[in-house]
Amino acid sequence: MTATADKPRLSRQHMLELLKQMIRIRRFEDKCAELYTQEKIRGFMHLYDGEEAIAVGVIPVLEKRDRIVATYREHGQALVRGVPMTTVMAEMYGKLQGCSRGRGGSMHLFDRIANFHGGNAIVGGGLPLAVGLSLADRMRGNDIVTACFFGDGAVAEGEFHESMNLAALWGLPVLFVCENNLYAMGTALALSESETDIQRKAACYRLTAEAVDGMDVIAVEAAARRAVHAVRESRKPYFLECRTYRLRAHSMFDAQLYRDKAEIEAWRPKEPIVRFQVWLQSNGMIHPDDASRIEAEVDAEIAEAVAFAEAGTWEPIEQLTRFAYADRAAPAVR
Amino acid sequence: MQQQAIQAGTIETTYREAVREAIRDAIKRDERVFLMGEDVGRYGGCYAVSKGLLAELGPERIRDTPLSESGFTGAGIGAAMAGMRPIVELMTVNFSLLALDQILNNAATIRHMSGNQFGVPLVIRMATGAGRQLAAQHSHSLEGWYAHIPGIKVLAPATLEDARGMLWTALQDPDPVLIFENVMLYNMTGMLAVDAGPVDIDKAAVRRSGHDISLVTYGGSLWKTLDAARTLAAEGIEAEVIDLRSLRPLDDATIMTSVAKTRRAVIVDEGWRSGSLAAEVATRIVEQAFWSLDAPIGRVCSEEAPIPYPRHLENAAVPQAPKIVAAAKAALGRP
Repeated sequence: MTATADKPRLSRQHMLELLKQMIRIRRFEDKCAELYTQEKIRGFMHLYDGEEAIAVGVIPVLEKRDRIVATYREHGQALVRGVPMTTVMAEMYGKLQGCSRGRGGSMHLFDRIANFHGGNAIVGGGLPLAVGLSLADRMRGNDIVTACFFGDGAVAEGEFHESMNLAALWGLPVLFVCENNLYAMGTALALSESETDIQRKAACYRLTAEAVDGMDVIAVEAAARRAVHAVRESRKPYFLECRTYRLRAHSMFDAQLYRDKAEIEAWRPKEPIVRFQVWLQSNGMIHPDDASRIEAEVDAEIAEAVAFAEAGTWEPIEQLTRFAYADRAAPAVR
Repeated sequence: MQQQAIQAGTIETTYREAVREAIRDAIKRDERVFLMGEDVGRYGGCYAVSKGLLAELGPERIRDTPLSESGFTGAGIGAAMAGMRPIVELMTVNFSLLALDQILNNAATIRHMSGNQFGVPLVIRMATGAGRQLAAQHSHSLEGWYAHIPGIKVLAPATLEDARGMLWTALQDPDPVLIFENVMLYNMTGMLAVDAGPVDIDKAAVRRSGHDISLVTYGGSLWKTLDAARTLAAEGIEAEVIDLRSLRPLDDATIMTSVAKTRRAVIVDEGWRSGSLAAEVATRIVEQAFWSLDAPIGRVCSEEAPIPYPRHLENAAVPQAPKIVAAAKAALGRP
């Protein structure tokens, strides 16, 4: 890390990369929603629409050796981390060529090469894992940061509090990233928490905590640089609450009876992609044709991913129970 | 054999000390191994299993945890995924329910769900069973529940050799292994070879040979079943006693070989009868050895109630030798 590593980088090339990554997630998921209506993708599928600035602001700040633990709303994290879009899409289809062999689907993207330790679909269930991954790294003296993503709903789980305490008590290099979209599925934060200022809860466990506008990719990235730098230097946990809003339904089954359309429309102007594009234009950092060029590139990548998934094969039923245990039996002893 | 045993030497020890020695040995042999759990360090372990280890091995390897079963069990899973070989101690099987989310939804699923990209080489030890008048939240035997879950292995060491030897083999396993230690065995004393070491963890053992009936059991019930077998022998009935040792996977071959010989079986299991491990064993016998049977399969299980505090009720709630004797005689049609 250089002395200026925690300062924002405002080069045009970097700005375009941030924009591209957000557009990449948005358009990938738009395609997924379309494929869902065609029943190419089934099961639960949770879209990240409105929250893209968090994954895009945080993940590129991490090193390749760092680890990621994510939730069931993790398409964006996986794509930004470098899990190939082809294998993510094949996983959405449930094909053998998917990043989890097709066995996990939308909610369980894994990629060992990317140190992507899974989408976890038990709310709060990934936090103790992140504690353990970083405990191993601390015990072995590895210079590795574990970034753990979770939503505001997880804050109500005991595992959240147990994990905050363990990470702070044992001094573990975890970056906790709370994606506060104000709703635990259909229950508003104010209806489920006595204290709605989430970063204050984390601060109670004596770890450094801050909140940031999670729909401003530059602000998220700046905060993530501060946070990752602090974790790496101090080898202690850091809590970053990213305040955001989910513009689409919780999952494809959600009729959104719990919130007004007016509320959604009030948030829409704050959504991270258009807002960033407008900001870039007003600062002269983007040419009018940059966005259309990016969209064309992304659309080509998506088309390739869909073709890859379509061409994928189904895992033979004979392999259904394979890897319930490792293929290798325990070594013979005595 | 006799000569070898003398040369190798034996020492008098307890089950508790055998488990402690297994932990100490594993931590010294492998830098990836550490123990963590509630009161394993300064207190020395709820059942004194890890007494003295903190001073010898230090707080990194003998790690006291908060009362956060889900948190530290999940931390064990994460550490195992990152290459460590943690031993997580849960005080009792009843407390393990607070960690069931992590055990079932993470430890047992991650290898399969990730398409074999990640594994969880974790060992979880816990105390199980009744007999210490600890009432309905510290005395149950839920290992049969855990044996329901694909993705984990479930062990029940009943002897000093297994208490000493199963841990190391479990730590070599690439998948999560749960070890259930019956609370009534910790004080059990016996002779153990000085060089006792790793044992297999996938085979049942015939602890007593006989040709009249197969008594299939595990864990704390093994010794009650052997008592029952001695009583039966005095009445001219030679029972074969099988110690399952591994509840998942079950060693069907050893069970069926015995039943093929004796043609009768009684299963002794400290879990509740309904939906029990005993039910699973009985069903497998019916599926695989039905035509060998000369009598209905018997079961001696715990009564269908929470384990109560008073001694006489607690004793009545769980399998005891007289019930095992009666069940064996019933299977043999003997008065």
